[in-house]
Amino acid sequence: MRWKWIIPTVYIFFLLLPIYWLLNMSLKTNSEILSVFSLWPQNLTFDNYRVIFTDPSWYSGYINSMIYVSMNVVISVSCALPAAYAFSRYSFVGDKHLFFWLLTNRMAPPAVFALPFFQLYSSIGLFDTHIAVALAHCLFNIPLSVWILEGFMSGIPKEIDETAFVDGYSWPRFFVKIFIPNIASGIGVTAFFCFMFSWVELLLARTLTAVNAKPISAIMTRTVSASGLDWGVLAAAGILTILPGALVIWFVRNHIAKGFALGRV
Amino acid sequence: MIVKQVNQKAWFMVLPVFLVVAFSAIIPLMTVVNYSVQDTFGNNQFFWVGMEWFTDLLHSERFHDAFLRQISFSAIILAIEIPLGIAIALAMPRKGWGVPVCLISMSLPLLIPWNVVGTIWQIFGRVDIGLLGHTLTALGIDYNYTQDPIAAWLTIIAMDVWHWTSLVVLLCYAGLCSIPDAYYQAAKIDGASRVSVFRYIQLPKMQRVLLIAVLLRFMDSFMIYTEPFVITGGGPGNSTTFMSIDLVKMAIGQFDLGPAAAMSLIYFLVILLLSWGFFTVMSNIGEESSNGGS
Repeated sequence: MRWKWIIPTVYIFFLLLPIYWLLNMSLKTNSEILSVFSLWPQNLTFDNYRVIFTDPSWYSGYINSMIYVSMNVVISVSCALPAAYAFSRYSFVGDKHLFFWLLTNRMAPPAVFALPFFQLYSSIGLFDTHIAVALAHCLFNIPLSVWILEGFMSGIPKEIDETAFVDGYSWPRFFVKIFIPNIASGIGVTAFFCFMFSWVELLLARTLTAVNAKPISAIMTRTVSASGLDWGVLAAAGILTILPGALVIWFVRNHIAKGFALGRV
Repeated sequence: MIVKQVNQKAWFMVLPVFLVVAFSAIIPLMTVVNYSVQDTFGNNQFFWVGMEWFTDLLHSERFHDAFLRQISFSAIILAIEIPLGIAIALAMPRKGWGVPVCLISMSLPLLIPWNVVGTIWQIFGRVDIGLLGHTLTALGIDYNYTQDPIAAWLTIIAMDVWHWTSLVVLLCYAGLCSIPDAYYQAAKIDGASRVSVFRYIQLPKMQRVLLIAVLLRFMDSFMIYTEPFVITGGGPGNSTTFMSIDLVKMAIGQFDLGPAAAMSLIYFLVILLLSWGFFTVMSNIGEESSNGGS
């Protein structure tokens, strides 16, 4: 078993290799990409990144994505908090059916919902707004949030609630002052997964936006088809979409194993 | 286990979730149901056709092919990713500086937008500018995923393994970390072999997370759209046209609303049924083995 470390090392190497190749390409000029095959850039250039940071049609994509992802995280977590509390503490008519119905939405293929969503949001005048994408992503993020939060809340002993009520706390005050601080790490993990699934989703985000709220990932696909394949800029844009995810992982690295340990992703 | 108190007022706490999800699930789903039983000649005039679209679809070769491709894809993905994920999780370090390094680098692919994952592999596999394609060609292997269906399949499978195995690894790792040291010490005293430690201690403890891993990987691989669409666009020919790609082609490309809606409903039902089947079978196995063990 002394050589056990080789397996994860090889696996991580396999994971990082394609990402390295993208990084490598983003630092080359287009002519170098197409003419010379080299493992690292011969003439290091940051021009590709400069293009993205100076052209509004590129960087607005990042801003749009950030706006609807944060909206989605806020809506999902704040709606899911009281619901998860209800599921973990009380039994009521239809609770099990409701819970299962919520989970079936996590199984719904986005391709099924793309066209109806487009018609729904067009008819109520929300097409091409950030809130439309945020609400559409709630379809799978709210069930997920309820599922994860319910797991964390069930781990908190019920005596805490009872003591607080005996001490004269009202329910909202108890919930905000005592209960939420107790499950802070659970809320962190939930927000992480909401961020993750909203950030990586493309099909719905692309269907529901045209100009004003177009996400960065959709802008990338458009560039692939239209402007004669500017590989360097495309690679730079790809690298920049990886960064927010990497940052978020860095912040939650200590909680991530715990979130997975609940087995409720 | 908390004893739950009966309280119908709890419905008020669930209400916001219910309203938001009902708005974004029931209304669109009813639109789909609506389309699936009607036909149109344009001008927003619809008339009732009953089950016609469903019977047409279930007899069409296009649907059979897409369905078969989808099932084989999910089966291959599960057969590779689950054992590989378990193996890597078993070999991961339990403490020290290796843990955060592993966790962070393994979570990285999970947080890359799906079309960027597609783009990464599209570039990586290209013969002219990609490391993989270039190396394989230099080694004398004939590889071109835009023309050869087998190469296209292999590229997409490699891409999915790259993208999602980490999820299985992280889930299994969390399950393994929850095993107390005393179990291993007892096994050591009994002189248990490596295999029986795995079979009687680690596997049962991972059962729950494995169930979730299988379910998630099955559902997500069954719904896959963006990555193969970016890499191959469903080609060469129709060889990588999975169900979602076919559905989007039908609904948004050709605007065949009736057949597309019928296909959506069948697609959704298949996922629900298979997931439910997996869940029942695997939780039954879990109960039997835990009863047998005790």
